[in-house]
Amino acid sequence: MSVLSELQKASLSPTPDFHPENHPMDDFLRMDRMPHIWCSTCGIGVSVNCFAKALEKCQIPLDQVVVVSGIGCTGRVAGYVKVDSFHTTHGRAIPFATGMKLANPKLKVIVFSGDGDIIAIGGNHFINAARRNIDITVICVNNFNYAMTGGQLASTTPEGSVLSTSPFGSYEFPFNLPFLAESVGAVYVARWTSLHVYNQTVSMVEALKKPGFSFIEVIAPCPTIFERQQKMGDGLDRLRWYCENSDIRNGASTKDVDIRLRDRMVVGKFVDVERPTYLEAMNAHYRERLGSKYKDYEG
Amino acid sequence: MPVRQREKPFGFPKPETPHGEIVILEERCKGCGFCIEYCPHDVLVLSKKFNAKGYHPPEVVKAELCVDCGFCRMICPEFAIYTYELKTGEKP
Ligand code: SF4
Ligand code: SF4
Repeated sequence: MSVLSELQKASLSPTPDFHPENHPMDDFLRMDRMPHIWCSTCGIGVSVNCFAKALEKCQIPLDQVVVVSGIGCTGRVAGYVKVDSFHTTHGRAIPFATGMKLANPKLKVIVFSGDGDIIAIGGNHFINAARRNIDITVICVNNFNYAMTGGQLASTTPEGSVLSTSPFGSYEFPFNLPFLAESVGAVYVARWTSLHVYNQTVSMVEALKKPGFSFIEVIAPCPTIFERQQKMGDGLDRLRWYCENSDIRNGASTKDVDIRLRDRMVVGKFVDVERPTYLEAMNAHYRERLGSKYKDYEG
Repeated sequence: MPVRQREKPFGFPKPETPHGEIVILEERCKGCGFCIEYCPHDVLVLSKKFNAKGYHPPEVVKAELCVDCGFCRMICPEFAIYTYELKTGEKP
């Protein structure tokens, strides 16, 4: 490798334990599982980068972090990150995370999965966890279809999209995820695209620090299926499209941020409110009812 | 305004632009071109050579212009490129 050999020749290696062939992300990844399965120009890897950066910024010890994923392309994240992680059955990432958080409230539990998994198959779990305000962070990479299984119509697919189960274009009304999350009680809701890496990282930091149910939607290109079927080019063309067609509007009303196939898209941090988490509410309630007989649940 | 004054805003010497050293792990690259497209100083171009996977990795053409902003590292979905500041040797 040319850069490498030049480095060694000039003995620029600044510290003795500096190995240029190790990417800084290597400490965070299970390198024996690499290379990952994501297609060239897919946006999921970018979010993993942002997530690692966010964990670094929050300075959470990695042995207190748990990543839970479901099934799907984004569901592979749990298998690639070198923290305690679990790859659950389809749609059940949030219930698994809920149980883990309740059993050991000291853990930082992050659900990292796709739109098909969290919102469609696991939609009921999503709304109930948000309603209870379970203290977890949900990162949902939204590529508008079930990509791993060949591109079926999902509950987030914009109207008019051509996919393998909608060859003449979809006629279903899709979910507006930030609106859904806010209306069922999430305390932190943001949406970014794969291009907004720094905004994404900042949102992840804020979400990790936020007690309660925080939700980040990441709009990511799926060049192999979605973009190809819509004839939108590859992921790079899509990033250029995001660059030109996304408006950052922090605090926008989530009602107005629905996504149409070829219209401009609103991104930003939409919701940041305070509400007692599930465990706080439970402890407060029993303290009031049972008085000194009750000892606060701390796991 | 004389140039000398502009170089010392508020009496302080002008801060030095950081300089980054770029490391490309070519075998991991899937040739997506994100790093090339979004480098603010157009430091990278797509090279003609292939890696073992059959993709064209990026190539550094204007190494001296890299300012260690780290955007290529953040946008690379394959964890194949990063930069570090030469002076301190800290990884970005
Ligand atoms: S660190 Fe910034 S300036 Fe340097 S190569 Fe990467 S994107 Fe370009
Ligand atoms: S962003 Fe990464 S995978 Fe894409 S061309 Fe650059 S080094 Fe290769």
